[in-house]
Amino acid sequence: MFKALRVLRSQGNQFIDDLRGAVPAGFRGRPAIAASPCAEGCDACVSVCPTAAIALEPVRIDLARCVFCSECVPACPEKKIAFTPEPRMSAALPDGLVVSADRPAPTPVATSGALRALFGRSLKLRQVSAGGCNGCEMELNALANVNFDLQRYGIEWVASPRHADGLVLTGPISRNMAEAVQLSWDAMPEPRFVVAFGACALSGGLYAGSADVDRAFLERFPASLLVPGCPPHPLTFVSGILDLLGIR
Amino acid sequence: MSGSFPLGSWTLAEVPELPGGAWSERVAALLGEGARIVTAFGRRDGGDVVASAILQPASGELVLVRGRIDRALGYHALTPTHPAMHVFEREMHEQTGVRIAGHPWLKPVRFEGSAPSAMAAYPFFTLQGKEVHEVQVGPVHAGVIEPGAFRFMCLGEKVHHLEIQLGYQHRGVEALLLRGDPRAHAPLVETIAGDTSIAHAWADCAAIESLAGLDADASTDRGRAVGLELERVAMHLAGLAGLATDIGFLQGGSTYGRLRTTAINTSMRLCGSRFGRGWLRPGGSRAMADAALVDVVRANIALLIRDLAVINDRFVSSVTVRHRFVGAGRLTSEQALDVGLVGVAARASGVNLDQRSLGLGAYREHPVETVTDPTGDCWARALVRIREMDGSLAWLRRVFADATELASVQRPVGALAAGSLVVSTCEGWRGEVVHALETGPDGVLVQHKVQDPSLRNWFGLALAVRENEISDFPICNKSFDLSYCGHDL
Repeated sequence: MFKALRVLRSQGNQFIDDLRGAVPAGFRGRPAIAASPCAEGCDACVSVCPTAAIALEPVRIDLARCVFCSECVPACPEKKIAFTPEPRMSAALPDGLVVSADRPAPTPVATSGALRALFGRSLKLRQVSAGGCNGCEMELNALANVNFDLQRYGIEWVASPRHADGLVLTGPISRNMAEAVQLSWDAMPEPRFVVAFGACALSGGLYAGSADVDRAFLERFPASLLVPGCPPHPLTFVSGILDLLGIR
Repeated sequence: MSGSFPLGSWTLAEVPELPGGAWSERVAALLGEGARIVTAFGRRDGGDVVASAILQPASGELVLVRGRIDRALGYHALTPTHPAMHVFEREMHEQTGVRIAGHPWLKPVRFEGSAPSAMAAYPFFTLQGKEVHEVQVGPVHAGVIEPGAFRFMCLGEKVHHLEIQLGYQHRGVEALLLRGDPRAHAPLVETIAGDTSIAHAWADCAAIESLAGLDADASTDRGRAVGLELERVAMHLAGLAGLATDIGFLQGGSTYGRLRTTAINTSMRLCGSRFGRGWLRPGGSRAMADAALVDVVRANIALLIRDLAVINDRFVSSVTVRHRFVGAGRLTSEQALDVGLVGVAARASGVNLDQRSLGLGAYREHPVETVTDPTGDCWARALVRIREMDGSLAWLRRVFADATELASVQRPVGALAAGSLVVSTCEGWRGEVVHALETGPDGVLVQHKVQDPSLRNWFGLALAVRENEISDFPICNKSFDLSYCGHDL
């Protein structure tokens, strides 16, 4: 009894009050690209990028591919690229995830009237890991902890796809999981939608060229919400899903 | 030996290649003398398989037994007499096709490169008789967790045997590691087992640096060890939160969970990632802290030490916790040694095995005491993790008592030596991580073998749940806390 009270006292209040406004100190989040010109013929950033996320003229980073390793930062002789702690960078369409000096932030996720009407007050999500490294999975689990407490918005993880409205996919979709992903989706009642979480799910990430990956599922059922990161910060998911459902 | 963990490096022209029979006899002889198998693997070379077995005698250094085995002729399995070889022989057979005569169970470890239908078609063991039933769970489980298939063969409520089928997470790590410049593989290595990014990155960096003739300096070593110990604290907290949640002990779940947030956010302050991504690179340790940030780190360590004591006291003295964990999923020392368990699972069965105990590198000035418990049940695995966190936090406190800053180090890494084999280890939070890199005559990588401790420990879980109630499986599983992706590669 007294021990339980001591734990309660030490625990205090760990709740993050403003999930939309919070910026995690030290986090390597959304990149910022300076407008200054590149040196003639320089492709240093492109050559060190492990996922071919960077394109030139002008320099732009595809956050669907970026693993936020920041190898490009020291590589750039002009010091054009920096990573900021900004976690808010989800998008609804792949094009919206390309950032540059002119387009510093991804296209904000537009609220879906249909999804808002259906799931705005209660959303049940089923997570399936298909080659994920447990980084994404742990960050998704963290959404239910005492800090993030996503349940405050009626958004919860469920154990069975039968109970789920959305499928949150992590991993590049390993060939050995392709069938199980499809079966999980088939078991979900309509209406339903897909969320792709993390660079692997968005683009294959570091596993994009692997012979042991089969991404056909996402070609058949493109995701309605794209959450970049490796792994994404829980707050990247929060802002994206709240925007999609129109939750203020 | 430089660095913080055992590392072996060989110029292959000087190492004899034994034929199949002689290779296995030599391995058996060393095992008979009390050496421990660290890893064994092979690669195809024409009609042969080039096999490497790495053993560790009590003195701690790594010993190589190299073989050239005719793939069709093969050799006689070591597993029947030395069960710790079981998973290595299964893997070698799957990856190279070498004939291993007399192996009791050559089921593919991860169904690499086979059609997905082969996975579905491969038979599980079956149990027949009255009152017998089977339960299949997975590959998709009822939670936010990676996939794997468990087939329980039960007599009533008691588990007679558990067969674990993995490979669902296989995404071709080892094949990808042979593409491009090995010195630039760190981002990929950090996702081999994303909850063990630091340990895998360290083993990889140590091997690359050895091949490049670069000695890890004390500052780099210390920076890396800070990352490794923070990773250990964070993951032990995650494991204990999971264990507490699985038995409905909610204070444990919420408090261990929020303390993990403090631990991973400390890593994020130092390197930008809650999982230590980007902390280690060949030739460097990039985490950085000025005096002000060192104060933040010290305060976080102090908070963890203070608040952990409170929740640990509640956890270990709670009757409900003891009632569920004591005696569940028991594994004897003999079993643990037999099947070659490593890490927390081995130490909780009384096996004294922690590569940090050699007192190398970062662990020389501030040693870490090896934590063991002879009991081998879920309770012991939880206690070992609690005491290891205490040890890691005490280590971090000592290091940051001296340190006024943490410097980012990055030295150039030259070309890799040709015709060499380097095997490096790192004591990650789950156990020993092993990377083996071999270069050909032109200095190009011909093999990069990755070994997560989970590869060896999954079979320990299968043994631990025997004769337990099937309802205790979740806590047994959580108490081992093994990686699917680290196993499946």
